[in-house]
Amino acid sequence: MTAAKRKTRKTQPAKAAPAAGAKELGRYLREMLLIRRFEEKAGQMYGMGLVGGFCHLYIGQEAVVTGVVDAMDHEDTLITGYRCHGHMLACGADPRQVFAELAGRAPGVSKGKGGSMHLFAVDRNFYGGHAIVGAQVPIGVGIGFAHKYRGTKRVSVVFFGEGAANQGQVYEAFNMASLWQLPILFVIENNKYAMGTEIRRAKAGTELFKRGDPFGIPGEQVDGMDVLAVEAATGEAIARCRSGQGPRLLEMQTYRYRGHSMSDPAKYRSREEVSKMRAERDPIDQVRTRLIKGGHASEDELKVIDREIRETVNQAAEFAQESPEPDPSELTTDITRDATGA
Amino acid sequence: MVTQTVREALRDAMAEEMRADERVFLMGEEVAEYQGAYKVSQGLLDEFGPERVVDTPITEAGFTGIGVGAAFAGLRPIVEFMTFNFAMQAIDALVNSASKTFYMSGGALGCPIVFRGPNGAAARVGAQHSQCYASWYGHVPGLKVVAPFSAGDAKGLLKSAIRDSNPVVFLENELLYGQSFEVPDGADHLVPIGRANVLRAGSDVTIVAFSIMVGEALKAAEALAGEGINAEVIDLRTIRPLDAATLLESVAKTNRIVTAEEGWPYAGIGAEIAALVMERAFDELDAPVARVTGADVPMPYAANLEALAKPDAERIAAAAKRVCYRD
Ligand SMILES: Cc1ncc(C[n+]2csc(CCOP(=O)(O)OP(=O)(O)O)c2C)c(N)n1
Ligand SMILES: [Mg+2]
Repeated sequence: MTAAKRKTRKTQPAKAAPAAGAKELGRYLREMLLIRRFEEKAGQMYGMGLVGGFCHLYIGQEAVVTGVVDAMDHEDTLITGYRCHGHMLACGADPRQVFAELAGRAPGVSKGKGGSMHLFAVDRNFYGGHAIVGAQVPIGVGIGFAHKYRGTKRVSVVFFGEGAANQGQVYEAFNMASLWQLPILFVIENNKYAMGTEIRRAKAGTELFKRGDPFGIPGEQVDGMDVLAVEAATGEAIARCRSGQGPRLLEMQTYRYRGHSMSDPAKYRSREEVSKMRAERDPIDQVRTRLIKGGHASEDELKVIDREIRETVNQAAEFAQESPEPDPSELTTDITRDATGA
Repeated sequence: MVTQTVREALRDAMAEEMRADERVFLMGEEVAEYQGAYKVSQGLLDEFGPERVVDTPITEAGFTGIGVGAAFAGLRPIVEFMTFNFAMQAIDALVNSASKTFYMSGGALGCPIVFRGPNGAAARVGAQHSQCYASWYGHVPGLKVVAPFSAGDAKGLLKSAIRDSNPVVFLENELLYGQSFEVPDGADHLVPIGRANVLRAGSDVTIVAFSIMVGEALKAAEALAGEGINAEVIDLRTIRPLDAATLLESVAKTNRIVTAEEGWPYAGIGAEIAALVMERAFDELDAPVARVTGADVPMPYAANLEALAKPDAERIAAAAKRVCYRD
């Protein structure tokens, strides 16, 4: 079916979260806790001067990448912006190597050359962290183009912020993704703020899930604080992308607890707004409550899990601290490669 | 004289020009309510209101084009880029529209606009956030390109840029924003575009630098003095049009020149100055021109590699000794 002939599907409001079993919930808890504790530690390390430059924490948004990656196939690919620590961990990258990259050390995923905003795990189909707002969107569409070109069933998942959703190249990418019926899932992580700009101050129309409509890209708004809702919506959308029905768009309604980066005091919003979100909508607490209320786990068992994860994160941070800086010769490697390189 | 940071001097330049000329307005990301991503526009929203201090969405290609259109229609926009790295999203409006239209229209349609924001490397922000655009924009006829070091020059040159009827690219430096300098009082302080400044007179070697590298050049000159080498330090201040007369006059005196810049060596500002000196002062030279530049690599993140990639006083001094045959 061509884009022109296909009718724009009516977008649906967020659905009620489906039920989940103990095993699934336990996995979500661990995955999200790993991101949360990792980010808390990264924030501390930044304060100690061990992480430098711009460092954007993912705290509060854990359910988005966790639920999305869970619904993806191993062969599917993903790409995002600079707020990418969580995406690396969700893809299964070694926390020690991720931490080493944040510290600019030799065993880092990019040999210490990329830093917090430029994490890559190409072997895990993660095409990285990109620091120019919106730039990853057409790139992600290009990756989806390659999936289709090769005749695979792979889907390219493209993450971007609601602030990035104002960049013109996003809409150029939407147009071609739909025109060519490419297997792309666009995931807008709407955390309400782009640096100090609250969404309503920068957008003519804040219903981001409708922004694909003019291009025939069906969209859906999802409770991005609920990992089960994220997983369910993503599973459905990806299945459609995979079956050759062209691109889809999910607007994940989420929230970042910390400042935009470590250097942002976040004076543009009230403390109450943040604490209300934490108290009422926290993605990790939601899963904890489900586990306990469902009789799947006790408070003590959850504490044990948390302790294990803290231990993993502490070890990763120690590993980073103890690792050497890159060899000076690395300054001039990896600029271009052998012309006959694969 | 008053003591001011570069940040305050830039803010005052904008405020004074906005008071004096209603056509002047500021737009960019986070310039109004957030008071500037680096707080350069502190207080401007309060004084001038949201019509003249305009927060934009993250849409560089869009708002830069809008700025150019507003300038065509007779306003005098100041377009702030959060950093010049993001101006690459908008470089078409800057180069194809702002710089060429006066020529293409046979002089009928000018573009009085200032594009400003931090340029060059900050600290540990990695490859996509750390590059110097002096040579990129310096390449373009129809643009004026300014890159001040001190707060006084930042103020005087920004005021000149806002009054200029041509498109001006105004390259600031994040690491200089917090540095304090003596600044001449009052709203009449202007520094002309196109004029370099001899900051330190010397007889043995000329060191020419711009923006943050001027500080390193001064440090290098200090160190060289301790070794009996008397260096002349020139702050270029304007990249285009280049103040050839000041450079040539200095070389006629010292017979040696070292250029210092943060940007990459290939087709850089140092290469342009080397060509100038070779073409117009060949007989004056007692040594080949030496260039000190950023390493020819994308900026690495690791602290030790970043230090290796950035030029500094030590490397400038070493180059000066080399051209004096004193190494
Ligand atoms: C082209 C470009 N313009 C501006 C910036 C500076 N910047 C970095 S992140 C950001 C806000 C992006 O907000 P959003 O897309 O909502 O993502 P979030 O940070 O909330 O995850 C801005 C303005 C940039 N990196 N690239
Ligand atoms: Mg956002």
